Order: sequence, then C-alpha cells, then structure tokens
Amino acid sequence: MGKWKVLLVDDELEFTAALAERLGLRGMDVRTAASGEEALKILGSDRPHVVISDVKMPGFGGIKLLKCIQKNYPGIQVILLTGMSCGFDVEEAKRLGAYDCLTKPLNIGELLTRINEAVAAVAEP
Amino acid sequence: MASRGWWTKLRLLDFPDDVSSPERYRMLRRNMNIVMLVVTLVPLFFMALVNYHEYQTRLKEEIVNPLHSLVNKTKHSFELFLAERLSAVSFIASAYSFEQLANETTLKRIFSVVKQEFGGFVDLGLIDEAGLQVSYVGPYDLKGKNYADQHWYHDVQIWGSYVSDVFMGYRRFPHVVIAVQHRTEAGPTYILRATIDTEKFNGLIASMGLDQKSDGFLINKVGVLQTPSKSYGSVLEDFPFPLPPVSYESNVIEAKDAKGGLVLLAYTYFAHAPYVLVVIKQAGEVLKSWYTLKTEIFFIFFFSVLLILLVVFRLTNLLVKRMRESDEKREAAFREMEHTHKLSSIGRLAAGVAHEINNPMAIVNEKAGLMKDLIEYGPDFAEKEKFLSLTESILQSVDRCRSITHRLLGFARRMEVQIEGLELNEVLKETLKFLERELMYRNIEFELNLAEDLLPIASDRGQLQQVFLNLLNNALAAVDDGGRIIITSWEKDADTEAVSIKDNGCGMSEETLKNIFEPFFTTKKGKGTGLGLPITYGIVKKLGGNIEVQSQEGKGTTFTIFLPKKPKEASVGGF
Repeated sequence: MGKWKVLLVDDELEFTAALAERLGLRGMDVRTAASGEEALKILGSDRPHVVISDVKMPGFGGIKLLKCIQKNYPGIQVILLTGMSCGFDVEEAKRLGAYDCLTKPLNIGELLTRINEAVAAVAEP
Repeated sequence: MASRGWWTKLRLLDFPDDVSSPERYRMLRRNMNIVMLVVTLVPLFFMALVNYHEYQTRLKEEIVNPLHSLVNKTKHSFELFLAERLSAVSFIASAYSFEQLANETTLKRIFSVVKQEFGGFVDLGLIDEAGLQVSYVGPYDLKGKNYADQHWYHDVQIWGSYVSDVFMGYRRFPHVVIAVQHRTEAGPTYILRATIDTEKFNGLIASMGLDQKSDGFLINKVGVLQTPSKSYGSVLEDFPFPLPPVSYESNVIEAKDAKGGLVLLAYTYFAHAPYVLVVIKQAGEVLKSWYTLKTEIFFIFFFSVLLILLVVFRLTNLLVKRMRESDEKREAAFREMEHTHKLSSIGRLAAGVAHEINNPMAIVNEKAGLMKDLIEYGPDFAEKEKFLSLTESILQSVDRCRSITHRLLGFARRMEVQIEGLELNEVLKETLKFLERELMYRNIEFELNLAEDLLPIASDRGQLQQVFLNLLNNALAAVDDGGRIIITSWEKDADTEAVSIKDNGCGMSEETLKNIFEPFFTTKKGKGTGLGLPITYGIVKKLGGNIEVQSQEGKGTTFTIFLPKKPKEASVGGF
C-alpha cells in the first residue's frame, strides 16, 4: 500500500473530516473539498491519484465533477459515493466512467481495497 | 298494502352487491329460478289448460253428436210406427159405422186386412160409450168386458187416442194397447181398441245397429223397461238408473251404473206415447280416445315441466357459477392491483427515508471508525480494550442500520432482473447453507424432497435466494426447537416448476393470512420489519411466478412458489 494522494469531496464536512483522518492514519495523503467547484480548484494545483466524491451535493454534484475530471484530468480515478438515491447504482456509475460506486455508510476496509485497485488500474493500463 | 309487503319481502330485484357474500349468489340463483320458472311454466300451464278444455269439448261433441242423431232417428221410427197404427185404427173407426163394427163378422174381416197390411196387431175390439166391449176379434174372449173404470178408458175420452205401457198379455207376451175414440155429432161415440205385440219394437231397437257393448231400449215414464235390455234387465223390470230429466229433444248425460262404472246415457221422451228411448254406452269405451289424449296431454305437460325445471336449474346454476367466478376473478385482480400500488408507494417512501438516514449514518460510522482508529493506533491506556469494544459495538450497530436501509432500498429499487439458467434444487441447497448452523443448534428436523429430474429454469439466482431465505426464516421463526421443516420441489406442468416450504409450527389465523403480504405487517413483535413477505411477494411476481400459502393455526404453514421455466413479462415491473 503506497502513500496515495486522495481528494475527498462531500458537502458533509463532518463526514469528510473523519474519513480524511482515518485514511490519513492508514498512510494516505488526503485533501478534502466541500463541493465540486472547490475540488476542481484543488485538482488544478495538486493532482491526486484518486478522487472520492459524493454523488449528491448542492450545486456542483459528483457526476458533473466526474465528467470534468474525465475531460481535463484523464488518469485520475474517481470513486463515487452514494446514499443510494433512486435510480443510481454501480452499473450506472461504471457506465459513466467512474472506477466504482460505494454506498454509505462505508466499510473502511472495502474503501481501502478499492483505492488501491483504482491506483493499480492506472499504473498498469 | 299486504300484496306490496309480500312483493317487497320476496326481494326479486334487490340483493346484496357484495360479491364476497354467499347470500348474493343464493338470492341471485333463487330469483333467476323464480323468474325463469314463472316465465316458462305459466304460459305452458295455460296452454295445457286451454288445450285440455278445447280437446275435451271437441271430442265430446264428436262422440255425443252421433248418439243424438241415433236417438232422434230411432224415436222418430217408433213414433212413425205408433202413428201408423193409430191412423189405421182411427181410419177404421171413421170408415165404418158403429153397427158395422159391432158386427163381429165385419170386424173379423177388417182385422184380418189390418193384420196383413200393418202387422203386429194381436186383437181388435169395439167399446161403446158405457165402456162395454161390444165386439172383439182376437185370441181372447173379451166380449162383454167393461172398461169403464179403467184409467186408459178415461184417457182416451179426454185425449181422443191412447197408447199404453207395455204389459204382459194373457199369453205372457209383451203387448201395448192403442185406442182411438170416434166422435160424431149424429151417431154414438165409441172407442176402437187394438193390441199390438212389441216384437216390432225389438226390430226397431235392433235397427239402431248398436255395438256389443252398447244397449238400447224403451222405458216408460215411471222407469219400467218396455223392451228387453242386454245389461239392465228384461221387459217390465225396473230400470236401474234414476229417471233422466224430461226432455223431448235427445239429451246425453253421464251416470254411474250399479258397478260404479261411468256410462253415457242418451235418451229422449216421446211426446205422444208414454215412453223414453234410452241408449247406454260405457263411457270408458266411448271416451277411450279422450282418455288416451288426456293421458298424452298430461304426460307431455309433465315431461315439459320436468325438462323446464332441469334446464332452468342447470342453466341458472351455470350462469350464477360463471358470474361468481368472473366476480371473484375481477375482485382478485383488483386486490392484486391495489396491493401492487401499495407496495409501490411504500417503496418510494422507504427509498426516501433510507437515503436520508444513510448520510447521518455515514457520519456516525466515520466518527466511530476514527475513534476506533485513534485508540488502535494510539498508545495503550487503562481502558483501551473497553473503548475498542465500545467503538466496535457502535460500528456493528451502524452496520445493522445499514443492512436495514439497504433492505428497504432493495425493496424500492428498480432492480434489473438478471436472468440466468439455474437449477432450483441447487439454489435451494445454496440457501440452506446460510442456515445450517441455526438448524443444527435448534435441533430442527429437516426433510428435503427434491425432484431429481428438474430441468434448469431461467430466473434470477440472487432474488430466488432472497425468496427462499425469507421463507425459510419465517419457517424457522414459526417452529419450536425440535420442529420439522419439509422442502419439496417438483415440476408442476410443462411451463412451471414449484417449491414448497412446509413447517409444523404455530401456523396463522385467517386474519393474519389476509395481511401477510402487506408491508410492515408483522407478528414478530418488534423483531421483524414486516417487509420479508412483501419483498418475497414482489420478487416472485417480478420473476413471473406466483406464491400461495396455506396455514392452519397450531398445525403449521405451507408456502408454495410457482416459477415459470422461461421468464414471462414481469407482472409487477418494479416499484
């Protein structure tokens, strides 16, 4: 497990703060953003290996962010998070180009595995 | 008002609308029977009655008319016969003077001529004004006999002529007497009297040509036979019937003979002689054709009624049965639609709730996770283990919440059915593996009756597992430790395979049975979500199958699932 750079995007600050710290404890370099716009700004200056973004956020949502990243930063993997809103699931996320889609509440072990896999997928295209 | 009350009470057009009420169909059947029977039987009854009456009238006329004419004709012959003899005697009385007739030689000559010309004359005598027989020709010695005190003598003086009843003469031979009074203004008044034997009467009766079983004869006006009868006695015996009412036209009446048999009695009174001509026919013989017809009419009526009853009852039964079936089908379809709608709206509500809860749960999860991480990664301290177990317990609770919300979302989510070829028995065995430990632990007897030759079907493995798991969980909850669960699989028909899960647990009441597929209905008091069976129902329907349940309180429950071998178009297209 390497020291991957992860950008965590969610409007629930309590959630991002706690998760960021937990991932930090597991050796990741985590930055957080509260919205899509903020995430794009960070992406411009500090390019992460993986972006983990909630789907549903006020304003700039996860799907729009995913599209921006695909367009401007190909090579950055996106893992979407969802509270399982209607009409959105893993298949749809993958169809849109996300690496995976996880449902909240998260299992930390599973999330770590997915991050590592996503990074590996970029390293060995 | 009384009739209105009766009509209202019958409730011909008013019956319960509730399709589940047996009263509705009982009344419907009764009313249809009544209406159809009235509509068919009343006209039939009237037709039979009119037919009966008409036939009776026509046939009787046909039978009775010839009797009338026969009786009239014969009476006529008799009257002619008597009139001829009276005329002959009258002619003699007028053509000859008293003196000539008083001369026995002349009278003898006249008698022999009359006897020769007319026949039937037995004797001839002349009686003077005082009633004394002054001359007589005949087999008896009646000269000098005085008739002044005899009633016929008076009758002839009043009416001018006289015909007597039949009587036995001295020769024991039936006779009648005819007498004519001769009245002239100049000469003396005298009476010419002749006796005629009734042999000629028998000839006239015989000429009627009656058949063997009919009888014809004369009686006098007090009911004494004047000619011999075949069945009712010989001459001068009493006629064994009451005298028929006086009628100078022929008349036919019905009477009962001594044996109680019905007879037709045709008769006519004579106007100028003291006789009644009677013809008797056995009604049984005469009315044979009528009785046959009557029997035929009765049987036709009887069988028609029987046929109508049979047809009406069968038809009504069939109609009401069809109506009931169609009502029930409609009702069932309506209930299923209602249920689907309910599931669908509850699904949407559940999805909303689950989503809202998932976000705060995610925060709790991460916070507790972080706490656990900090304790784990940090230095040891006195209560480290306790804190670890506390945070672990929070995380497990979050996990439980997550499984509940996921289940709710699963209920609501429009899941694509993933059809693959699978063997039902295999899916069942896979599902059972999840429960092995509980089965062992609770010492539950398990019986698998799986049909070996089941063909693979096209269905969704994951969803089927969910279905079996839900049903098995219910069975496990229903049985006591040491209970018994039987799983059976079989091929129902060419298109369907079936699985039944039977337990000998506590069973369900009828009330519970009605509600088991209702979301949030549970009998597990706080332990159940009330979603297991609605989800099961939804999945089975989505897979194009069907689910049936039989349960008896205290004896156990059997769930049976029917699955199509090939997926049909989903009857419930998700929620």
